[in-house]
Amino acid sequence: MTGGPGNAIELRGIVKRFGSLTAVAGLDLSVPSGVCLGLLGPNGAGKSTTMRMLTGQTLATEGSITLLGHALPAQSKQARMAMGVVPQLDNLDVELTCRQILSIFARLYRVPRSEREAAVTRALGIANLGARADTVVRDLSGGMRRRLLVARALIHRPRLVLLDEPTVGLDPQVRQELWTLIAGLRADGVTVLMSTHYIEEAERLADTVAVMSAGQIIAQGTPAELVRAHAGREVIEVYGPPAELTALTAEASRRGWSHRRSGPALAILNAERLDGDAPAGVRRPANLEDAFVALTGEEIE
Amino acid sequence: MNLETDPAAGTPPPGDRPPTPEGGDPDTLTRRPPAGHLPGPTHAAVPATVRVGRLEPAAISAVMARDIVMFKRYWRATTFSSVVQPVIYLLAFGLGFGSLVHHVGHFRYVQYVATGVVATAVLFSSAFPGMFNTFVRWRFQRTYDALLAAPIDAEELVTAETLWIAIRSGVYGVAPLVVGFFWGLTPEPAMLLVPFIGLITGFGFANFGVLIAAFAKTIDNFNYVTSAVLTPMFLVAGTFFPITQLPGALRTIAQFNPLYHCVALVRDLSLETFHLSDLLHLGVLVIFALLLWRLATTQMQRRLID
Ligand SMILES: Nc1ncnc2c1ncn2[C@@H]1O[C@H](COP(=O)(O)OP(=O)(O)OP(=O)(O)O)[C@@H](O)[C@H]1O
Ligand SMILES: [Mg+2]
Repeated sequence: MTGGPGNAIELRGIVKRFGSLTAVAGLDLSVPSGVCLGLLGPNGAGKSTTMRMLTGQTLATEGSITLLGHALPAQSKQARMAMGVVPQLDNLDVELTCRQILSIFARLYRVPRSEREAAVTRALGIANLGARADTVVRDLSGGMRRRLLVARALIHRPRLVLLDEPTVGLDPQVRQELWTLIAGLRADGVTVLMSTHYIEEAERLADTVAVMSAGQIIAQGTPAELVRAHAGREVIEVYGPPAELTALTAEASRRGWSHRRSGPALAILNAERLDGDAPAGVRRPANLEDAFVALTGEEIE
Repeated sequence: MNLETDPAAGTPPPGDRPPTPEGGDPDTLTRRPPAGHLPGPTHAAVPATVRVGRLEPAAISAVMARDIVMFKRYWRATTFSSVVQPVIYLLAFGLGFGSLVHHVGHFRYVQYVATGVVATAVLFSSAFPGMFNTFVRWRFQRTYDALLAAPIDAEELVTAETLWIAIRSGVYGVAPLVVGFFWGLTPEPAMLLVPFIGLITGFGFANFGVLIAAFAKTIDNFNYVTSAVLTPMFLVAGTFFPITQLPGALRTIAQFNPLYHCVALVRDLSLETFHLSDLLHLGVLVIFALLLWRLATTQMQRRLID
């Protein structure tokens, strides 16, 4: 039942339509075992829909899915046995305590009776919720709830973990904690598929980033490869009065320079290729955000 | 009528929960070791003994384990509403009406009603949780979303939920008999079978509730079902008066009312008037339960997995 070495996730030609709306439009994606792949895309790109197809909660209209060697949807349950899922929307039972939730999920994931208590203790440790084990979810902070959601997904030591926007809406400190937790998974050799629209999150955690837009993967590589391929080495940020920037934008378009608005400035990508023509401005190394905007045409956080 | 009890029937959708303030959380201030280096063996993965198929006992019992934890929290309210209402009917009709009508056939009216109201208790404690719990857990609390991401199929989920409701209503169905003992109903050994009749009937009606929830657009839609289906059903089931008193057409319709068969069977068992035709009543209940179970599971499956 193992996928062995090779790919933990294989998506081939996946299409998902909801009526006339095409949420996923011919998606191909492979995630090798032990890799953390960041699915980076703007709102509505189809990230959650893709995740839900992997858990068997949405059926693909076309295409084939293989998870840990199991063909979906027929063998979806086998795949779910060895997979943990952190959904985008919190679906914890608010009336139950952390301990109750974790023991219920230990049973749902068929953790043998004799190992359940140890599994719950371990999961409480992962979420750093030992002191709050008997607090009902309703009384937990938003950050604690997120950590519990992650711990719930890890109760059975899955080989594959799906994280759908794990840190959305959290303050920076809690985000840092979750990042540490996810990095720990990666260090343990767990395969991770994480969707996000935070550039920094993808940059920090992902071995490979797949940029998703309008239901397709439009670019894939390590963060460094993506930056090099789509934003070059350097970016010049030009600051100035709006009229001047508008004029410069027009010139950049005319001369075929790849550019984008970046806060109050106009950023010219691939600046190292401009040589003498480059406008005066602040030079900085290109980053993943530059590449992302160049690829999707969308500004994100 | 009988509002269910679990968390949320009647409370606002948890989707509207106010966000919890983040500040001052002492846990976030303490450092902990990185998650990757926690004690214990890595990747226990799936135990070799795990069976993967349809209707796995392990899956069903795991979903029921959640129901039981929930029940431990809310059993007082659940039990109160499931028991008190039929008992009120029993007292109002049995004692109030019973002062006018002394006998139905050769039974005293209290005996007649106490045994009939068993079915009422079963109906209320199964159809309502079937509708409300399902809708609330599925649409508002996203509980089913969480459960289905684990190795649990929609069929197992619905089966576990309705089986648990059925077990409860089998037990609650006994309450009217117990109350009846104080008013002259005689305990009979065959009454020990009543919880099983309640379980079968309750399973059917719990699945009926789930089926309604599968189609309901909003939770208010249940009012139509309550007024147009459940209330008439419970009135013309032979609970308070024999269906032979009904006009011809209505009498025929009443024969298709599963609750009527539950009433007849429970009454014949409890009053020791069991005869062969009761096997027909049992057969109808079993078919009703199985049919509604298939309908509820297939319809919920179609709606849960889009
Ligand atoms: N059950 C559904 N029925 C109809 N349309 C849907 C359904 N689920 C998703 N969609 C649509 O599919 C598209 C992709 O949605 P999806 O949730 O996968 O995006 P996403 O990348 O996760 O976005 P976000 O970053 O906002 O979470 C959207 O247009 C959405 O409205
Ligand atoms: Mg999403």
